[in-house]
Amino acid sequence: MSATLPITLTVNGESVSADVAPRVPLVDFLRETLGLTGTHLGCAHGVCGACTVRVDGAAVRGCLMLAVQADGATVETVEGVSDSGEIADLQDAFHRHNALQCGFCTAGMLMTAAELLDAGGPPPERAEIREHISGNYCRCTGYQSIVDAVEEVAQARAADKGGQA
Amino acid sequence: MSVQKPLPHDAAALHVTGQARYVDDIPVPANTLNLAFGLSERAHAEITGMDLSAVRAAPGVVAVLTAADLPHANDVSPSAHDEPLLADGAVHYLGQPLYLVAAEGHLAARKAARLGRVRYEDRPAVLSIDDAIAANSRFEEGPRIWARGDPEAAIGGAAHRIEGAIEIGGQEHFYLEGQAALALPQEGGDMVVHSSSQHPTEIQHKVADALGVPMHSVRVEVRRMGGGFGGKESQGNALAVACAVAAAATGRPCRMRYDRDDDFTITGKRHDFRIHYRAGVDAEGRIEGIDFVQYARCGWAQDLSLPVADRAMLHADNAYFLPNVRIENHRLRTNTQSATAFRGFGGPQGMVGIERVMDEIAYRLGRDPLEVRRVNFYDPPPGGGLSAPRAPAARPPEDISAKVKAGEDVSAGRRRTPYGMEVEDFILHEMVDRLARTADYAGRRARVAEWNAANAVLKRGIALTPVKFGISFTLTHLNQAGALVHVYQDGSIHMNHGGTEMGQGLFQKVAQVAADAFGVEAARVKITATDTGKVPNTSATAASSGSDLNGMAVRAACDTIRDRLAGMLAEMHQCDPADVVFEAGRVRAGGADYSFEDVIARAYTSRISLSSTGYYRTPDLTWDRIRGEGRPFYYFAYGAAVTEVVIDVLTGEYRILRTDILHDAGRSLNPAIDIGQIEGGFVQGAGWLTTEELVWDGSGRLRTHAPSTYKIPACSDRPRLFNVDLWDGENFKPTIHRSKAVGEPPLMLGISALMALSDAVAACGDGSVYPALDAPATPERVLAAVGRQRGRA
Ligand code: FES
Ligand code: FES
Repeated sequence: MSATLPITLTVNGESVSADVAPRVPLVDFLRETLGLTGTHLGCAHGVCGACTVRVDGAAVRGCLMLAVQADGATVETVEGVSDSGEIADLQDAFHRHNALQCGFCTAGMLMTAAELLDAGGPPPERAEIREHISGNYCRCTGYQSIVDAVEEVAQARAADKGGQA
Repeated sequence: MSVQKPLPHDAAALHVTGQARYVDDIPVPANTLNLAFGLSERAHAEITGMDLSAVRAAPGVVAVLTAADLPHANDVSPSAHDEPLLADGAVHYLGQPLYLVAAEGHLAARKAARLGRVRYEDRPAVLSIDDAIAANSRFEEGPRIWARGDPEAAIGGAAHRIEGAIEIGGQEHFYLEGQAALALPQEGGDMVVHSSSQHPTEIQHKVADALGVPMHSVRVEVRRMGGGFGGKESQGNALAVACAVAAAATGRPCRMRYDRDDDFTITGKRHDFRIHYRAGVDAEGRIEGIDFVQYARCGWAQDLSLPVADRAMLHADNAYFLPNVRIENHRLRTNTQSATAFRGFGGPQGMVGIERVMDEIAYRLGRDPLEVRRVNFYDPPPGGGLSAPRAPAARPPEDISAKVKAGEDVSAGRRRTPYGMEVEDFILHEMVDRLARTADYAGRRARVAEWNAANAVLKRGIALTPVKFGISFTLTHLNQAGALVHVYQDGSIHMNHGGTEMGQGLFQKVAQVAADAFGVEAARVKITATDTGKVPNTSATAASSGSDLNGMAVRAACDTIRDRLAGMLAEMHQCDPADVVFEAGRVRAGGADYSFEDVIARAYTSRISLSSTGYYRTPDLTWDRIRGEGRPFYYFAYGAAVTEVVIDVLTGEYRILRTDILHDAGRSLNPAIDIGQIEGGFVQGAGWLTTEELVWDGSGRLRTHAPSTYKIPACSDRPRLFNVDLWDGENFKPTIHRSKAVGEPPLMLGISALMALSDAVAACGDGSVYPALDAPATPERVLAAVGRQRGRA
């Protein structure tokens, strides 16, 4: 049972191969083995959302998925999406709206919000934003500024698209 | 001016890119060990045997320590030396650390920590408030009692009498980052500790005692916490000391973090209270006499319970003048986690007590609760002047004078708190008037009544509650702070102070103060980690005092350097140093105009010191906590909230529909950060009183030890409509730039949610049964209360 399994996955655009114990959650693998500490561990229960990362395009709780389950997958963390610049507008909006205080929830919140913003269709209403991020806890902000930031980006992106069409 | 600007949090750019480091993110040497505690399975027992052979044999385990292995102090208490790091002979709550495992890897340490075989001989466990009352199990020799006047006679002679009790549950901090520490052994037995702590100096002190070294051998650094809320004032001691003793024993770096379950199980929470009240009121609902008996469940060790309980007594009045009053407070010792600091520090519980009384008075007399609150308010200052709005008053001043005239006993002083401190700047009359107007309290109250008349299943409720919160540590000597400021040759500024950053924006606010002192932009100021090697003997970042104390200390340091610079330029230009102006990155003296960098370069070559410490202590404090007399607070911060809710009478479920807040941050140092504190504080306070329920079973085991069973507010729980405004006054006391503290007071705005629920429940009945809603008012409790309205017990 202490045997390790070899896995190969793409993390933030780079191919990574490692031998991991079957019990190791993806978030621990990212944080401990790869040193990607931007993703946080809040509850290890799948409830708080602090550990949210993107796996094959979907927002996933890094504490509920095992590293071995990510074999062959494409994983993106807050570090990756920061480098690629794809959520620069969302990051900027979080910054300007003070959508963080202690910041511990921020990486997970960004990944979850990015998923909603990427979903396509008309820009989400506030109610939809609230619903979508209600699986991510923030103990500090009261959420108001987070919803404000996401809403602003949703509308800006929709306006951009409208302009191009 | 850098102050008063709505600048974002100093580390925001790091947070949104995942670069901000918390303790557990710090890269560590490869030989670092991870720690975990083995925990007591019993609430109260003698330990008759401990077989740790399986723990020692577990994979990856390097060391296992028990109390007998600790060479020096076995104590992590912040107060009474009654809290061993590792249990010594007996256990006093279920979850108490028994032994310490150091292993290669966090998971290995945790797994091994479960393998100990401990034999217990059970002792009777005192778990509940009733148990503790029956067993007379308490801290201090008896209850603290403060009184004024003759409450018995006043209650007896009053037109109406109100009597009841409320249970108020505790609250888990649920800082999103759990407790964490890291210790790195240094040469000569020194130790460097990184801790997620609001109180680095205490960590330093406890670690030094545990290692048997002077405090100068221990350096503690705190860059940031992922939330604190009081839960990291003393509760981080155990992890930091554990890391230090294990690091000393093994010679290897050691780090420790609690998994969420362990965090819930081991650490203290907000004190739960039961408050009995008896009041006598006149026909308008004005209190003539009142008697409170408060029971605080303190858990097994003293921790900070005495000042917490004192603060509950100090806020038993909230915003109301209580002419004849008696407050009795029992600090009960129970075999549960040692209850600790939590945002508001006992104040919220005391305040819920009196707000409950206001609510019940209004119900019994059939009056609008806001009117009852108003007639009980403290008087405004004579002439209404001290903290009047800066801008020409939006309100016509006649309101104030009208009230002064109406309250004929002005000279008799409807301004003195039960502890004898005069409320010098009571601005809630104006604040509540404005909030009631902007939130359309009266109109909405009428519409709520119409709605309730027309709807059988969904009932609405609305309530406006005020907050008056005393600012200062009640342990007077804690009201001091130090700072260290360097200006480097290139004109960049390095700032350090004793306060810690837990997300509240303290560092940014204080950097703005420093930038303002030199007339430069805030970005020129580097904010550095709190470090006991830079600023010594600091107080915890607590009691909302962070910016008040550290802002003043930093300004003192900056002023010292600036005065030196001004002196240099004044001599050069033969002008008065007071006429040297630092503004917008420039320095003007006697007609000359320099860049700030130029002045610094000159000062350096002129051999002028560009470094200074700063120090501040809050003036005018005197306090006798035994007699309950004096001036424990420098000033009060105020606020008010209107909350509207809707309940489903078939299920007890509810929603907060709308909340409007007007809050007093004095002349805010940073309105954006302060509004964030207010929004977050309200939501946390409303969570405490609605969904956050802690449940212990009959064996003393905390059953709600994870977010799956303990429900903090999610985004979907916050008010649908949420309007937050800052009062445009300024502090009448000369605080830093006339601002007011803002960390704790907004939490108590959440009381409006509880009272709105009470209003909605009352709408289900015929006016004969007061809802008497206990807190937290979970859907189950709301449903039961609706049942009582309808004659179903
Ligand atoms: S840490 Fe994964 S959901 Fe909380
Ligand atoms: S900012 Fe602290 S948890 Fe969200």
